[in-house]
Amino acid sequence: MIPQTPEFKANARAALADPQLQRALSGLPTGLVAQRTSAKARLPEFEALRDVGRDVRNHALAHLDLYLETYEHNATAAGAVVHWAETGAEARDIISRICTEAGARIVTKGKSMISEEIGLNADLERQGFEVVETDLGEYLIQIRGETPSHIIAPAIHLTQDQVEADFRALHTHLPADRTLVEPAELVAEARGVLRQKFLSADVGITGANFLIAETGSSIIVTNEGNGDLTQSLARIHIVIASIDKVIPTLEDVTTLLRLLARSATGQEFTTYTTFSTGPRRPEDPDGPEEYHVVLLDNGRSELLGSEFSEVLRCIRCGACMNHCPVYNAVGGHAYGWVYPGPIGSVMTPALIGVKAGGHLPNASTFCGRCESVCPMKIPLPKLMRHWREAEFEQGLTPPRYRRGIALWAWFAKRPRLYHLAARFGIAALSAAGRGKGRFSWLPFASAWTRDRDLPAPQGRTFQQLWAETQRGVPR
Amino acid sequence: MPSSPPSHPVRPRVGLFVTCLVDLLRPSIGFAAATLIEQSGCNVEVPTGQTCCGQPAYNSGDRATAKALARQTIKAFSAVDYVVAPSGSCAGMLKSHYPRLFAGEGEDEAAALAFAGKVHELVSFLVDVRGMASVESSFAGRVTYHDSCSGLRELGIKDQPRKLLGTMPGVEIAEMAEAEICCGFGGTFSIKYPDISRAMVDKKCASIAESGASLVLAGDLGCLMNMAGRLARDGSPVRCRHIAEVLAGELDDPPITASATSGASVTR
Repeated sequence: MIPQTPEFKANARAALADPQLQRALSGLPTGLVAQRTSAKARLPEFEALRDVGRDVRNHALAHLDLYLETYEHNATAAGAVVHWAETGAEARDIISRICTEAGARIVTKGKSMISEEIGLNADLERQGFEVVETDLGEYLIQIRGETPSHIIAPAIHLTQDQVEADFRALHTHLPADRTLVEPAELVAEARGVLRQKFLSADVGITGANFLIAETGSSIIVTNEGNGDLTQSLARIHIVIASIDKVIPTLEDVTTLLRLLARSATGQEFTTYTTFSTGPRRPEDPDGPEEYHVVLLDNGRSELLGSEFSEVLRCIRCGACMNHCPVYNAVGGHAYGWVYPGPIGSVMTPALIGVKAGGHLPNASTFCGRCESVCPMKIPLPKLMRHWREAEFEQGLTPPRYRRGIALWAWFAKRPRLYHLAARFGIAALSAAGRGKGRFSWLPFASAWTRDRDLPAPQGRTFQQLWAETQRGVPR
Repeated sequence: MPSSPPSHPVRPRVGLFVTCLVDLLRPSIGFAAATLIEQSGCNVEVPTGQTCCGQPAYNSGDRATAKALARQTIKAFSAVDYVVAPSGSCAGMLKSHYPRLFAGEGEDEAAALAFAGKVHELVSFLVDVRGMASVESSFAGRVTYHDSCSGLRELGIKDQPRKLLGTMPGVEIAEMAEAEICCGFGGTFSIKYPDISRAMVDKKCASIAESGASLVLAGDLGCLMNMAGRLARDGSPVRCRHIAEVLAGELDDPPITASATSGASVTR
């Protein structure tokens, strides 16, 4: 996916002017946000669990080499073929080679943000494979030629009317006069279409919410069961996961799963939580004949040990974006690349560079709501600020803005001069605004006054007035 | 540590960190803050070596300037027992971020940590540190309180302002929906991303209108300027004030963006 991140401002403006999108986004506070609040209220130890979860992830990341090797050893012992990929291109090559060698025609897919990150679908399609997304949301955006706008609810930007129209346009083999009013009717139609694909798929690709070192297992959580059908009906199951997903033990994973569903959708547990350990054994009733795991680095090992390492704790629940007022205003596509919201504002510059992704860490008021809900307690505002520092140090901050900061700083670092300048400046501004209370337009402040009035100063600076009262002059 | 003012043998010295916005635009907040601090049994000083806490530089990635301003501020307040700011955002910078700015930097870090221990946001200082249980002034009206982000999430300011307002007989608190959601100010965010900022403040203004309050209170002038500026542009009759003005009963100056003569004056 070619990053559209430099166009963030224009994308945001378009998103704000899109009534359909705004209608879709308006459901967030009463939907995912309210559901999480309620789930949290039902679990008194939720806050304590966040600390435990953070510690589990910190420990796993601090000993990542050890746990990755243990994972590889145990997964291999269970019959998995483990592949290592340093870059997205390497991962794509590995996966397409497996598909080619299998003589595959149809490839089904469970939801995987890593596959979005490496542009897997487009690559496989270029090579002639039919790739079918089987998560309902992913299916919707695939048929629309879009990308996910949310990491767990990829089609959250769509309204039901749009889905109905798309189904009528695409599923022309079904009676034109069928009713598609209830969500259940739409789901049933998608299920019918996808069922055929599941049965005829040669390869099923899924992501992994976690990898367990102690057992060599991969885990996916879904609410639709599509992941299970993807990975157990096809002859070959490929798991694509980034290296940060490995967790020491089953016990640790249980802790994280308790946090994940509650933070994501407000569920105690997702409907399906599936553990995969190796391919089908002779005594198993079903399962894939081959089980491959592609472990992708794609910049993660560089983040490890850097000032951004805490972002690797992310378990991809989406709570940060659900609670972000900026995400709520503009939706996920405005961010212009794979990961939207606060987590995207930290991950994107790490993956595509701060030059291309620089808008994202800047487009935050640092309100801190993301950090306050993050199950892994990732200090997202702090990490966004680190990107701003990187941008500033590399001279990528817009020159006009940089000059403004420099001029202000020159005065601010000289208190006597600052107070004198403030006195004259405020006197002039007050004279201009005398009796008005506010300005509806001011030169050099048009970015503010375009949408809001600016309060006129009261007259003199506090420092000036305070000095006078200390000398006995009445205010 | 709550201490009861009357039994304190010496009145503590409080350095008022005015904040640059209050200094420039609305000194009445500074005077109201000084009144309240004195009522809590302290003496107020206003060091002239202060300018800005450095947050605009810090949040723009300019650590060098932020550090210079942090050192300057720490030095300016070296003599006082407490540093009190009528802003959760600036107090958060002084208290939470100065130590982070100098993390691992020996003497500077030690100085920042010692300084941070003295810093408090105004209302939290009155209630949590000075044990103030009620205020002496009175006010009649239906008010709503916006929880500014830094005060709320960095300093835990939520109940303190409501507690003091609740002791004023004529005050009716009408909570707005989503009082804890950002108003869209965010310092330079409001001018760097004006479209998103406007969308955020519009949501906030809608919540304010639904509350039925005629006055919005908050502990940060930045947020108040943003909300008041948008309400005024929309022609809303709802007014905005810093909570210190109401708690101190210093209401001679017109509300933010209102004119001295008539609240309805428009300059366009």
